Amino acid sequence: MKAAGVLLALVVALALQTTLSGLTLTGARLVNLVVVAVVYVALMYGPVTGMLAGTAGGLAQDALAGGIVGIGSLSKTIVGFLAGLLGAQFIVAQPFPRLVMFISATVLHEVCYQGLFALIEIRPLRLSYQPVLTQAVINGIVGLTAFFVVERLPGLLQRRRARRGRY
Amino acid sequence: MLDNIQRTTTARPRTGLLFLAVVVGHILLISSQVQSRSGVPVLEGVTFGAFARLQEGTAGVIRSVRNVWGSYIYLRGVRAENADLRGRVAELEIRLQEQRALAERSSRLQSLLDLKPFVSAPTLAADVIAGYVNPGILTVTIDRGRDDGVMPDMAVISSAGVVGRVIGPVAAHAARVQLLIDHNGPAAAAAITERTRAGGMVVGKEGDPPLRMDFVSNVSDVKAGDVVVTSGADGIYPRGFRVGWVDKAERGDGLSLAITVRPAMDFRALEEVLVVLRPARAAMPEGSAEPGGPAR
Repeated sequence: MKAAGVLLALVVALALQTTLSGLTLTGARLVNLVVVAVVYVALMYGPVTGMLAGTAGGLAQDALAGGIVGIGSLSKTIVGFLAGLLGAQFIVAQPFPRLVMFISATVLHEVCYQGLFALIEIRPLRLSYQPVLTQAVINGIVGLTAFFVVERLPGLLQRRRARRGRY
Repeated sequence: MLDNIQRTTTARPRTGLLFLAVVVGHILLISSQVQSRSGVPVLEGVTFGAFARLQEGTAGVIRSVRNVWGSYIYLRGVRAENADLRGRVAELEIRLQEQRALAERSSRLQSLLDLKPFVSAPTLAADVIAGYVNPGILTVTIDRGRDDGVMPDMAVISSAGVVGRVIGPVAAHAARVQLLIDHNGPAAAAAITERTRAGGMVVGKEGDPPLRMDFVSNVSDVKAGDVVVTSGADGIYPRGFRVGWVDKAERGDGLSLAITVRPAMDFRALEEVLVVLRPARAAMPEGSAEPGGPAR
């Protein structure tokens, strides 16, 4: 059940990312939904599941995007593992720590991703800070929204149904 | 309680070892590709082939919703007529660019006796069904594939100018196009300036403008505003198609000028493109490919 949920989250993230970039190429660069899904899974289920989600999501994203398969996957594996490890060590149940986690994970992912490209192409690491930070903040907002929807929505619906049943 | 503590202490090193194994696996995977890039990875081919179906599905759903809204609810009939006219205008603009290139070539080469006929390459219209899945690599997916005659390294153009090239693997019904502005593993195009015929190689770069022109000699006459067109020397892009305009041309560090190019194509609004159905041929030295080569 857990594996199916994680796989579903990754497939939905990939499908949304490709659909979004099909609609607006500029807008799609501002968010990386696969990173959001990996961090979400890591915070929910721990480092091993986060790491495996990062590997699976990254491999699929790399294979679909072309180029060298494994760079995005390795970056996401590291991010998934560390996010899960930190999530297990500290209490990451409030919105602010979660936001910090999503932002840091996105920045770490970009550093790993661009760093690996720089290593392979033997060139200095060039990181454009503004797009990375913008993506990090947007990923954070999307991640918090995902947590809110998954955690609060069923309760809200149940309460509304109960209130309706009373009348 | 004691049992719990014991379980935690034995689980931690196991997790670390698993992480290490996965990282080593990745490094091996990346290394194998960097060392031998000739073959297409199986994983890439299978995943792309399967996922293209899903992309086609999501694009189809969106297109249907758009069509219902645009054709029946928003403006009945007007949208279809508009799309048809836009398609015709795009095609005519392509023909105009070809004619312009042909006329320019003809006037320069009237004195030469070895004039050969200019053959217009057949093209195939395609819709963009998915944008780039990874923000780091600029590729888009089109709804034409192997069954339509699309092959790797075929040029992709639009009415505004050069879009990019098809990269493998090509699925039966879909293909991936690497945009000219991609700076990670660039889709380079051999190009010349229209005014002075200074030849070089246009590649993607980070920042604005997203293109630069390399290997143009320091003694060449290139200035801002010069139109940059494809030279055809790379064997992929047909000659005479607009790439963009020179944004800045300065003296470089070595023997070449440092030239930045603003693309003619608006890559933020890619919807319909044309695939040039001419297989890529081996690159030829400038001037020897077709009459009217850039270095005459």
